[in-house]
Amino acid sequence: MKKLPFLILFLLTFTTVFAQQNTNIEMADALRSSGKIYVVIATIAIVFIGLAIYLFAIDRRLKKLEK
Amino acid sequence: MKFIYQTWWKILAVVLVFYTLIAGLLFHVPTLPILHETIRNLYFHVPMWMAMFTVFSISVIYSIMYLNTGKEEYDLASVECVNTGMMFFVLGLVTGMIWAKYTWGEFWSNDPKQNSAAIAFLLYCAYVVLRNSIDEEQKRGKISSIYNIFAFPIMVVLIMVLPRMTDSLHPGNGGNPAFGKMDLDNRMRVVLYPAFIGWSLIGVWIATIRYRIRLIEYKKNTII
Repeated sequence: MKKLPFLILFLLTFTTVFAQQNTNIEMADALRSSGKIYVVIATIAIVFIGLAIYLFAIDRRLKKLEK
Repeated sequence: MKFIYQTWWKILAVVLVFYTLIAGLLFHVPTLPILHETIRNLYFHVPMWMAMFTVFSISVIYSIMYLNTGKEEYDLASVECVNTGMMFFVLGLVTGMIWAKYTWGEFWSNDPKQNSAAIAFLLYCAYVVLRNSIDEEQKRGKISSIYNIFAFPIMVVLIMVLPRMTDSLHPGNGGNPAFGKMDLDNRMRVVLYPAFIGWSLIGVWIATIRYRIRLIEYKKNTII
């Protein structure tokens, strides 16, 4: 089980530096600056965690069935 | 086959996808005309296809292994991989259609990429129909394995090669700039590649669950 934390660590340790761009293309900056984007992220995260737990539960039940 | 009973890669899949859900919405993306914020769809639309390719490839490997050994388990694994891949195929098509509505103007604009993806989907529908139409176990296994091995390269050509040879609205095709050097900067890759791995593993996970259910059913049927 030691390989898992290492794998995750390596996959997530990545940073780059970029110069500033000057363009006038409309992005959802308002949503982000007002902080409401986090509500959307929280919703999506909860949905996904729920699905993941559900998948793990199915996995466990199958394991019992196989025995 | 011990791999499918282990837990570490399932946790890895969940962690990676969870990370991309958050990072995909929060991290910086290039500001581009027409696309605007929809560029974030790249983190969720493309991985569906990646997951599909992964499970379909595994399915081909098991088809070859089935033809080599004649073990029924391999045939079942191959079928369940295709079934899972079909689900990701539909997800990829639908997410692509929604994205197309807001960037190309229509859900279905008869774009070469869309059309050939639809044809490739029918190709795999034909696989399911063909398989279910044969009652005899060995015959079914052999015919569907051979069909699967031939369907896979045709699907790859239809989705990846043919649209690139004509004009297509889809990035990376025709004279269109891909999400390449210009659009896809390295900050997007930080999210995109974990998404590829994460969703592919999720696809494999679902396929293994389906396979294990099938295996129980199969054993039950043979004992009685």
